[in-house]
Amino acid sequence: MTEKGIDLVKDETASTPGTPLLDVRDLQVEFHTREGVAKAVNGVSYSVEAGETLAVLGESGSGKSVTAQAIMGILDMPPGRIAGGEILFQGQDLLKMTEAQRRKVRGNKIAMIFQDALSSLNPVLSVGFQLGEMFRVHKGASRKEAKARAIELMDRVRIPAAKERVNDYPHQFSGGMRQRIMIAMALALEPDLIIADEPTTALDVTVQAQVMDLLAELQQEYRMGLILITHDLGVVADVADRIAVMYAGRIVERGDVREIYREPAHPYTRGLLDSIPRLDQKGSELYAIRGLPPTLTALPAGCSFSPRCDRATELCVTERPLPVTVTDAEGAPIAGRTSACHFWKETLHG
Amino acid sequence: MPDNSLAGDQHTAPVAAVAQAEAGPPPGKPRSLWSDAWNDLRRKPSFIIAGAMILILLIIAAFPGLFTSVSPRASDLSGAYLKSPELTKFFSPEWLGYDSQGRSIYARVIYGTRASIVIGISVTAIVLFVGGLVGMIAGYFGGWVDAVVSRIVDTFMGIPFLLGAMVILVSFDVRGKMVITLALAVLGWTTIARVMRGSVISVKQADYVQAARSLGAGTWRILLRHVLPNAMAPVIVVAMIALGGYISAEATLSYLGIGLADPAMSWGSDINTGKDQIRVALHVLIFPSIMLSATILAFLMMGDAVRDALDPKLR
Amino acid sequence: MAESTREPILEVRNLVKHFPLTQGIVFQRQVGAVRAVDDISFELYPGETLGIVGESGCGKSTVAKLLMSLERPTSGEIFYKGEDISRLSGRALKAVRRNIQMVFQDPYTSLNPRMTVGDIIGEPFEIHPEVAPKGDREAKVRELLDVVGLNPEYINRYPHQFSGGQRQRIGIARGLALNPEIIICDEPVSALDVSVQAQVINLMEKLQDEFGLSYLFIAHDLSIVRHISDRVGVMYLGKMVEIGSDSAIYDHPTHPYTQALLSAVPLPDPDAREGRERIILTGDVPSPANPPSGCRFRTRCWKAQDRCSEELPVLAVPQRFADADTAVAHESACHFAEEKPHVAHA
Repeated sequence: MTEKGIDLVKDETASTPGTPLLDVRDLQVEFHTREGVAKAVNGVSYSVEAGETLAVLGESGSGKSVTAQAIMGILDMPPGRIAGGEILFQGQDLLKMTEAQRRKVRGNKIAMIFQDALSSLNPVLSVGFQLGEMFRVHKGASRKEAKARAIELMDRVRIPAAKERVNDYPHQFSGGMRQRIMIAMALALEPDLIIADEPTTALDVTVQAQVMDLLAELQQEYRMGLILITHDLGVVADVADRIAVMYAGRIVERGDVREIYREPAHPYTRGLLDSIPRLDQKGSELYAIRGLPPTLTALPAGCSFSPRCDRATELCVTERPLPVTVTDAEGAPIAGRTSACHFWKETLHG
Repeated sequence: MPDNSLAGDQHTAPVAAVAQAEAGPPPGKPRSLWSDAWNDLRRKPSFIIAGAMILILLIIAAFPGLFTSVSPRASDLSGAYLKSPELTKFFSPEWLGYDSQGRSIYARVIYGTRASIVIGISVTAIVLFVGGLVGMIAGYFGGWVDAVVSRIVDTFMGIPFLLGAMVILVSFDVRGKMVITLALAVLGWTTIARVMRGSVISVKQADYVQAARSLGAGTWRILLRHVLPNAMAPVIVVAMIALGGYISAEATLSYLGIGLADPAMSWGSDINTGKDQIRVALHVLIFPSIMLSATILAFLMMGDAVRDALDPKLR
Repeated sequence: MAESTREPILEVRNLVKHFPLTQGIVFQRQVGAVRAVDDISFELYPGETLGIVGESGCGKSTVAKLLMSLERPTSGEIFYKGEDISRLSGRALKAVRRNIQMVFQDPYTSLNPRMTVGDIIGEPFEIHPEVAPKGDREAKVRELLDVVGLNPEYINRYPHQFSGGQRQRIGIARGLALNPEIIICDEPVSALDVSVQAQVINLMEKLQDEFGLSYLFIAHDLSIVRHISDRVGVMYLGKMVEIGSDSAIYDHPTHPYTQALLSAVPLPDPDAREGRERIILTGDVPSPANPPSGCRFRTRCWKAQDRCSEELPVLAVPQRFADADTAVAHESACHFAEEKPHVAHA
């Protein structure tokens, strides 16, 4: 137990009655590599409510995808290993379940959408068969029933001429259409939670907009929780309710999306927001965060971001900042907003 | 996407990457893909075992006299006819017993090594050179050159390997190592050509080849500096595995009596001799067979280990 | 910066590239063609950055390959300082290559993994020995490493020991080695993480000022293109549909495709969710092997009329804006070009 962030998560969820849909607590994942033990996820805690979109924002190697794989139970083990923590889904710890129990949750209750739809679909089976398989395996539907449901689903994700295309193979669809099929597959069993890992990164911008709109609309309709894993600050701003910013396996900042974009309370978040060029105005030189993310086998003792941080002091190098609740200018705590920075106040208000 | 972990995440700085762009002392020594592969191999038991076996085989093939003092042709029909092995007398002439002509099986096994190793290595060398060159040209230039070469390769691939070798060898009166080597090479180069062609096609589309072209690099520079070094890995692996196959082919041909024959020494022909006394003296058959299998196994294991070490997906 | 009074350093005229679709193995016959680049023209002026944006399959990468003579055009000309370089070969081509270099998209595949950084950056000098005498080469390579912000001590390392951003710096150093005047950048930062993108973009801008380079900056990220470009061209299905200053394209787009493209870009500003008009295009980009007649965009355009399928709109300043004195007066290939507010802005 390296992170004392659990308590903070609790008071965040205290405002809503009952347990959250998903509650990840102090999750730790390691990978055993040639160079040593890489701490990919290092005490991550977050929660998602039904009907809510949580964006997990981070660059490659931040541990955002590994966390999702741990939730889904599709982590490669070995080399991966869950070193600690709990993943409570509707109050039950997924990590304590048997493989058979987890299989029931996977697909049925929690579904995942991947970045690369082409490699996530089986190339030798028709799209209709793969969609229908969900009903046959989980619901015991007949072949005919399954096909009818598959067409229904394809209609639902607005694939034109679903009836004619149900027997087509994945490669016969365009990238955007394949991603719709992935969404249809995720939706098939009406799960309570969808994890979307960079769902639109591989798509062109006009298609990306179509797919994101569809996903948001379906999420509202089915009141699902959505975890959107992405590095795209634009997509996050467009659809997220809350965000968790990850860096080197830890959540450095979390809170309401508008608040964080308006007033980031962690130097990393601020740096990210300042480093992207704007479409709507021509800026001068971009702010660039210097250096590179730390190697996960040799994380700094203090704040992982300190070697790249303009604000870092001796304190940051020696002592790792724990997440603290951020307060507004009057000193009142902001619900659900935390920052893991010794100088969050200066970052926020300065 | 099961490999979206650290290793699979394309944009992750390699775990051992240089830490900072501007500052910091350079840690560690320069590494290349080959030195990485070597580091991997050194720790692999299968590689160490196979390597040791191959090393011993090479020494035996080069200096058989170091291992036994008797001639493999010295026969003592009266005293040693089908004499059973004396398994406790290590490395003595009687260790593995005697054959039907009273010759020391141990000496014959030792002296038979050279034929297998020499033929295996020479065939592989020829095949690598010819097949590699043809495959590289076909793969790099593409178009009609590739179409013509590929059809020729297909034609050769259509010939059953052993049957083809038999047909070729039967037409020679004297069948020495050279003839067998050539016969196997004529039929074997297509495998390498195919692998090399595929490998070159995938490498030539790499951006670094385009980059070299846009610098104005000539064809030979591109082929030798950019394409060949990057296309070699799968070819070497296939060649190592094929080497075992050539040794087995030589033994098979010699066994069938159309490869090496007396007075030349070959495990294959010794196995042939042994098969006649299989009920009374199994050892005549068994020891050359063990040696043959062990040799082939050593090269296959080596090829496997090298493939694993060079496989970029495991990097 | 685009001073149209100056002579362009690079001028592309009616450039066409069709890739034949063939059947048969030994005896091939053509069954069609992918019209990757279909009659486009533009100029690049000294010291400026011309951005080319478009979605996958629009032909922007083919343009880069044509300019680098990695592909031969089907027809059309490429003038470098007034000389047509599109059909050069041998020595003459090699001489031109010194002046036009390229930075590639993927820093993981654009560097030969079997060569050291020193060999990679030094290779241009081996190919063009007249640029640097043998004794000076190592010093030159170290200098280049320094220029792109890498430690010159890293000269003996291999590419895989570097991160993506560092590799892209190595690629840039290789591109700079021959002191070119023009650098073609094909998606140079799209494979990099956000925080590293900014480092590389800043480096490229610094180098442009320092060496007076002209950039042709090809990318799909419209925000980055706006940031770095003086002028921007928008491509769709092998055609240039709109071209103009950055303000013309981003603040006063008149082509419906540009408008849709801009409106689809998510802004990193949650407060911009409302108040911005989103144009969600239906359907996918048609196949470049069988593009629509007339205007290529008409199958997805909300303004399309019969005229659009019959008559190919030419890329020119639309009549109705010809006298306007704002940036709206720029070339746009649409019969019904008009401004549409609130596509890029909230």
